[in-house]
Amino acid sequence: MAIGINDLNSEQIDVLKEIGNIGAGNAITALSKMVSKKIDMRVPIVNIAEFKEVAEIVGGPETLVSGIYFNVSGDINGCIMFLIDIKSSRILVNWLMGKKDTSIEFDDIEISALKEVGNILASSYISSISTLTGLNITVSVPFLAIDMAGAIMSVPVILYGQVGDRVVLIETDFLEGTNHVRGNFFLIPDEESFEILLKSLGVI
Amino acid sequence: MGEIIKVGMADMNCVYPPKILVTLGLGSCVGVCLHDRESKISGMVHIMLPYSHQIKNNSNLAKFADTGINKLLDSMIKMGAVKHKIVSKIAGGAQMFNFNDSSDIMRIGARNVQAVKETLKQLNIPLIAEDTGGNYGRTIEFSSESGMLLVKTIGHGSKWI
Repeated sequence: MAIGINDLNSEQIDVLKEIGNIGAGNAITALSKMVSKKIDMRVPIVNIAEFKEVAEIVGGPETLVSGIYFNVSGDINGCIMFLIDIKSSRILVNWLMGKKDTSIEFDDIEISALKEVGNILASSYISSISTLTGLNITVSVPFLAIDMAGAIMSVPVILYGQVGDRVVLIETDFLEGTNHVRGNFFLIPDEESFEILLKSLGVI
Repeated sequence: MGEIIKVGMADMNCVYPPKILVTLGLGSCVGVCLHDRESKISGMVHIMLPYSHQIKNNSNLAKFADTGINKLLDSMIKMGAVKHKIVSKIAGGAQMFNFNDSSDIMRIGARNVQAVKETLKQLNIPLIAEDTGGNYGRTIEFSSESGMLLVKTIGHGSKWI
């Protein structure tokens, strides 16, 4: 019998949180080094959310955000989504490119810079999980969209919500003190991948 | 202005005039609005996927184009709408990310729109306006009083259809 989303016990949820913690911790460290800033993160939350709640988690369906999406494949399948609010996206681009722009429009080079931030975050996130679990996991190239949070989050929800009415989101916030850079990581494993993840960590 | 009734993802609602049906941040999903031109009874369903028979777990009827539109029509008829007076307007079905992989699942927006159109055709419900496709999200507001649909976007303007 496969472990379904609804069968997770509290120990297993803790393990999923720990995965989020380690993944995001490494990702934040990498970002921190790249931009030479101190960035903090919050304790991760494992959210088992109904579809209609997903967009509320990120500040409402109409909130303007940049979403960077990666396919995850290998021993586990699923996706990673980083949502970064629009002001924070601008701050990140400014850090990387040494600019002092305030516009919320991004040109092609700035979009590439944002994708690169995503790339660094995703690869350190996944490589730490891979090391921890001994699983072989790879990430795709980044795909970026700047739009309403609801519209962006509908993509992984549709992809991985085909088997049920709920999705598991392993969510971590990060922030940089004075600039209030704010973002969310979502690791969204598909249905079969839970069992593999939990087994690799010895909680099944 | 009528009272605003929200419709979430994989959710539906039908109302008497002058209420306004709203769904926020449609991406690849499609918002289907049905409107009885005489009684003005109106409904909206926010569908996520094309056909229920392609999916194992299909208990939520509002999630799929085929079952969602049928269920919405039934509910409206129960409220007093008359089938041959009903027309439809649709919006959404965008492709939010420019995936280079053109597999079916990545083209879900276009497939949703197609399934909605086929279902409406089978039910003989005229499709009188649409704003679909593109690569951007939409918020839609459907006025039961006028039968007009307001489509709002970020950076791609707003329009009444």
